Amino acid sequence: MKTVSLEILFALIGAIPLFGQDSNLEESMKRGSEIYYDFCVTCHMEQGEGVANTFPPLAKSDYLMENLEDSIRGIKFGQSGELIVNGVTYNGVMAPMGLEDEEIADVMNFILNSWGNSSSEIVTPKEVAGIEKD
Amino acid sequence: MKNSVVVVGLFVMWFNMSCAQDAENKVNTPEEVPFSAELLIDEMQIPWGLEVLPDSSLLVTEKSGEIIHFKDGKKTKISNVPEVYERGQGGLMDIKLHPDYENNGWIYISYASSEGEEKGGHTALMRAKLSDNALTNKELLYKAGPNTTKGQHFGSRIEFDNDGFLYLSIGERGARDENPQDITRDGGKIYRFYDDGRIPEDNPFVGTTNAKEGIYSYGHRNPQGLVKHPKTGEIWDNEHGPRGGDEINIVKAGKNYGWPVVTYGINYSGTPITDKREMAGMEQPIHYWLPSIAPSGMAFITSDEYGDWKGSLLVGSLKFQYLERLVMNGSEVVDRQKLMADIGRVRDVKEGPDGLIYVAVEGKGIYKLVPKG
Repeated sequence: MKTVSLEILFALIGAIPLFGQDSNLEESMKRGSEIYYDFCVTCHMEQGEGVANTFPPLAKSDYLMENLEDSIRGIKFGQSGELIVNGVTYNGVMAPMGLEDEEIADVMNFILNSWGNSSSEIVTPKEVAGIEKD
Repeated sequence: MKNSVVVVGLFVMWFNMSCAQDAENKVNTPEEVPFSAELLIDEMQIPWGLEVLPDSSLLVTEKSGEIIHFKDGKKTKISNVPEVYERGQGGLMDIKLHPDYENNGWIYISYASSEGEEKGGHTALMRAKLSDNALTNKELLYKAGPNTTKGQHFGSRIEFDNDGFLYLSIGERGARDENPQDITRDGGKIYRFYDDGRIPEDNPFVGTTNAKEGIYSYGHRNPQGLVKHPKTGEIWDNEHGPRGGDEINIVKAGKNYGWPVVTYGINYSGTPITDKREMAGMEQPIHYWLPSIAPSGMAFITSDEYGDWKGSLLVGSLKFQYLERLVMNGSEVVDRQKLMADIGRVRDVKEGPDGLIYVAVEGKGIYKLVPKG
């Protein structure tokens, strides 16, 4: 009896980080969605679809999913020059939005897990803090 | 099938009933234009506001917080510019010369400022003089509050009327249910001041309990175009609406322009904000764009440099990246023309004292529209 309950206890303890991660992601995405619909939506649009040939899509964007660090750098310091997203070349300018590291992590977690996107890793404020200008 | 026909029918009815203008709202591309666009100043990021000085040199603001003086082909960075709160749509915004600049030297700038107790920022208005490539005699004339960390809707265009009054637009700062309809709060308003920042005694809400007495009109969302009509002397604004709700309004004392109680727009998500497009006591726009173009700076052509275009209204489109020419008949838009297609996000447009048009484009710089001989 005692051992069984201990096993359950250990199993529960073992599961805590998993539960923690899920709810962390959920919380971060929730904050990130508020950032998105304030700072990003006017160009990248409601469903992350962007504007054809003008503002690249975030939904199902190969660039975003394959270049996490550059994507974070773009939000943090701004982005200009040519960018190929899903086979289409964009040549626009995105100004830095003045977001704090935590806000950038939150909005990244939101866009990485919305509109058909999904990412196995959570972006943390610490990771954002470590990314420097090119 | 039957249902969808009914729905479409209802939609058509709703559109026909609710539009103050033709539902037809298309932009045409002219075959020929009376100018060629010459890139006068290159390598700018977000040139937000521009002015042409009497000596034909230019002052241009960069949203990031710089003022550039462009003279004889050379860029000079102006020093002692106020610190700006650079976040979202905020930063260093408009620049405007006093109507009597040649004699008094006053330059007005608007910017997002974090001055105040709360975290965040709000729109500020300053005047200063230019001496040895530095701002001097700086006077803070207005600072809206309270600060907020929202990234949206700073407004910030500056214009003077024929009597020398200064008008400043301040957007609703992302608080549509708190600010635009409440005259005791800043934001979602057009303000009117004397040129030294004092509040005119005949402003409409002077003496109203707790009112921000600088307010001239309210119920605005995010006006980022403000211009004096060359004939009537009226102040016209354009403002970013929600989806489908970008407008041009004639700004009148004490009037309510309706946001967010009445609007032609819908939420970005496609859900309605309100089904009301008009209401007693609320002003109707003289024009609205469907779809939204995200209008920015605005200027009337008053010179004869561009043939029969005199009297037309030019508006920059941020979203579709062109300059729009609105052919006007009084206050009625009779045609929309797309100029400078795909040029980039057009932030500002001004007619200089030389009668020529200057256009500020993000990621590019300043274009001069050189008339074709």
